[in-house]
Amino acid sequence: MNVKNSIKKIIIKKPLKLDCGQTIDNFPLAYETYGELNENKDNAILIFHALTGDQFVTGINPITKKDGWWAYAVGPNKSIDTNKYFVICANVIGGCMGSFGPSHENPQTKKIYGTDFPVITINDMVNAQINLLDFFGIDKLFSVVGGSMGGMQVLQFVSNFPNKAKTAIPIACTSSHSAQNIAFNELGRQAIAADHNWLDGDYITKSTLPDKGLAVARMAAHITYLSKKGLQEKFGRKLQERDDLKFGFDADFQIESYLRYQGSVFVDRFDANSYLYITRAMDYFDLVKQFNGNLSNAFKNSKTKFFIISFTSDWLYPTQENKEIVIALNAIGANVGFVEIESDKGHDSFLLDVPDFLKALKNFLDKSFMEKL
Amino acid sequence: MKTEYKIISDIIEKNSRVLDVGCDDGTLMEFLKVNKNTNIRGIEISKEKVQICIAKGLTVIEGNAEFDLKQFPNNSFDYVVLGQTLQAFVNPEIVIKELLRVGKKAIVTIPNFGHWKVRLNLLMRGTMPITSSLPHDWYNTPNIHMCTIKDFVKFSKIIGFKIFKSLALKNKNISNINNSNLFFKNLFGELGIFLIEK
Repeated sequence: MNVKNSIKKIIIKKPLKLDCGQTIDNFPLAYETYGELNENKDNAILIFHALTGDQFVTGINPITKKDGWWAYAVGPNKSIDTNKYFVICANVIGGCMGSFGPSHENPQTKKIYGTDFPVITINDMVNAQINLLDFFGIDKLFSVVGGSMGGMQVLQFVSNFPNKAKTAIPIACTSSHSAQNIAFNELGRQAIAADHNWLDGDYITKSTLPDKGLAVARMAAHITYLSKKGLQEKFGRKLQERDDLKFGFDADFQIESYLRYQGSVFVDRFDANSYLYITRAMDYFDLVKQFNGNLSNAFKNSKTKFFIISFTSDWLYPTQENKEIVIALNAIGANVGFVEIESDKGHDSFLLDVPDFLKALKNFLDKSFMEKL
Repeated sequence: MKTEYKIISDIIEKNSRVLDVGCDDGTLMEFLKVNKNTNIRGIEISKEKVQICIAKGLTVIEGNAEFDLKQFPNNSFDYVVLGQTLQAFVNPEIVIKELLRVGKKAIVTIPNFGHWKVRLNLLMRGTMPITSSLPHDWYNTPNIHMCTIKDFVKFSKIIGFKIFKSLALKNKNISNINNSNLFFKNLFGELGIFLIEK
C-alpha cells in the first residue's frame, strides 16, 4: 500500500454542500499533474476523467503499472502537449484512487462508509475540483477537457464557473443522461448488488469483495463502449484457443474470453461501491433540467470557446446528443466548433488511437493557445 | 485570393458578425478575419474541410445548411455568406429564407448557367454542359438546381427578397448588373454576386 500513500492530495477544508443536502469538509481530493505551470499561469488544462478513470492520465499509472488512460492524447508532443501545457487531473469524489469515497472511513462512526457515503453528483464533483485552481494559484484555466463522464464535468464546470476556462472541450458526452444510459448503469449496479459478497456495501469491513458482480458490471459496460462493427471485425466468431465448439459453457469464443479478461482485470483496480456511486452521479446528470428545460441558459454567462467532438459509431453518447449541446450554444451566439469523427471504435474512440480525433484536439488547443481570447 | 472573395470582403463592413455557410477550407473566413476583423463562424458539410478549418484556428461546425441553420436565432449575424452552393441544395427556397432569417443581410454567389459557353455547349453538343466552372457530368454533379443570373433576379421577386447589390464577374472583371444590361450580364457573366435582404 506504500504506492497508494504517495498519491498527491489536497485536503479541502472549506465545507462543500452536496446536492443530496449533506455538507462535507476536510476531505481529500487526489490529483496528478503533468508538465509545468508557466509564469503567467495561463497554460493550465484541467482534464476530467470518465467513469472508471483516475488522475493518472498518462505515463505509467503507479498503482496499476499500466499506461495512463489517456496516454494516446496526453504527453510530450501529443495532442495535449505536456511540453506546452500544465495538465491537472483529479480523481472524482466518490472515486477510489485517493479522493473522498465510499471506501473511506467515516470520521464520526470510525467505520468504512460503504453505502452510508452520500450520493454524489457531477455538480458535486466539479465543485470539489474548483479548489485545485486556488491550490495552484490559477485564476483562469486555458482549457477544461474530458470525454464521456469527463465531458459532463466539462459542461457542468463551465456552467458553474463561467469565467474560469478560456476553452472547453466536451467529448462524446451528453447534457442529459438518457433512459438507455441509465438502463445500462442499472444493469451494472444490479450485477454488483446480486453478488452475495457485496453485503449491502459492507464488504471491506468483512474482508471480502464482490468481484464477480463487479466483473459482470464491467463486461456489460464494456460492450456499450464498442461498436457492433468494431466487435465483428476484431472478434467475429473466432474461437478461443480451440479448433471447435466444446458444447459447454467455457469461453468458446474469443469475445467471451476477452470480456472475461476485461472483467477480471477491472476488479483489481476498482472499488464496487465507487462504481455504484459514480454511475449514479452520471444517471442524475441532467443539465437541461437544471436550467428548466433550456440548456442555453447553462452557458449564457460564459465567454468560453467550445469545441465539441463526437464519433460516428458511438451509440452510447451518439452524435445527436452532442449536437444538442452545439445547438444550445449557437442559440446564444456562443463561440462553438463541432466535428463528428469517423471511427468504428465506438464510444471508446476518444481513448484510442484515432488519428483524426487526436489531430482535431491538438489543432484546436494549439491554435486557441496562440489566440488572445 | 479569388476575385470572388475579394468582392465579398469589400461588401462586408468591418467588425461585423459573419456566418460562412459552406465555408469549405476556410479561405474566405481567414481573409475576413484578418482584413475585416470579423467575428466569423463557418458551417461545412465535409469532415475533411472542417479539420482544415480547425487547423487554421477557425470556429466551424460540421453540418448541413439545409437542416442545421435552424439552430441560429433570428438576425444573429450581420452577414451570412453562401458561396456557390445554392444550386447544390434540395430546397434552395428554404435555404434562402433561412439565410435571411439568420442574417440581417446575405451575400449569395451563383455560377451563372446562362453564360454563353454553357448555352453553346448544350446547343452544339446536345449534352449537359461541362465547363471549367461546372466540371461534373449530369449524373454525378452536386449541382442539382442550377440557375442563371436572370433566374436569380426573377427568384427574388417570387420569394420576395430585395437585391441591394448585384455584380457580375467575368475574367476577374466586376460590373454592376441592372435592368438594362441584364441580358448581356446573363450571357457574359461567369458568376453572379448578390447582396440581399428580406
